[in-house]
Amino acid sequence: MAQVFELQISSDPRLLRVVRATAEQICEIAGFSRLEASKIVLAVDEACSNVIRHAYCGREDQTILITFRIKTHKLQVELTDFGEHVDISKIKPRPLHELRPGGLGVHLITSVMDKVRYSNLEQSGNRMVMEKALPKGSGVES
Amino acid sequence: MNLEIKTVYIDPVTAVQVAGEVDLYSSPQLRKILVALTEKRTTPILVDLAEVRYLDSSGLATLIEGLKQCQRYKGRFMLSGISEEVKQVFELTRLVNVFEIHATVAAAVESVSK
Repeated sequence: MAQVFELQISSDPRLLRVVRATAEQICEIAGFSRLEASKIVLAVDEACSNVIRHAYCGREDQTILITFRIKTHKLQVELTDFGEHVDISKIKPRPLHELRPGGLGVHLITSVMDKVRYSNLEQSGNRMVMEKALPKGSGVES
Repeated sequence: MNLEIKTVYIDPVTAVQVAGEVDLYSSPQLRKILVALTEKRTTPILVDLAEVRYLDSSGLATLIEGLKQCQRYKGRFMLSGISEEVKQVFELTRLVNVFEIHATVAAAVESVSK
């Protein structure tokens, strides 16, 4: 059994603070420390920002589904959008030695989370699944 | 409002005091102010983040842009008041040594006056 929380928002950047507040609460329930939780919140926020910018090209009235699952040993966060297919081969963190604005979001996500997977949905849309191991002693008994 | 920004002059520093959350929605507000300052070749510029509870990659990009613009005219670009949570973002992106970071506004101003 997992504890599941689903959130559906419009792709409006003003709503990112709602996503962050939710992610923070979920991390607290999952047993993460304040600092660790703030990193996971950052990863979830960056993922949503990428959906808004790339899959929806800045359109604010599209749908983003965010599912949080607290499992036995891990927190899983799944993001689903219904925008244009993103070319997964092009999702890469940029080299950090280049001092230039932009391109840091993917690096932040992969630095914080243990596993990140992307897939294209059948017709249109994309799914991203991120996982983070729970601190020892936390989690849901299976 | 996610963000409140106030620009004050603390001789000889132009301090941009930011309060709130810097994210995809609010970072253009900060960018607009930094672009205006760097277009006027203002120096030294201090961005005080003491009241910033959250900063994402768009906030970082805004600060990098400000720093790079300032470097073009050999100006000085400083940050102050970075909380533990915000510092993590700089550390994860290895930007902590790229910026001149001071603990407080007073420390930044003093470093310029020396």
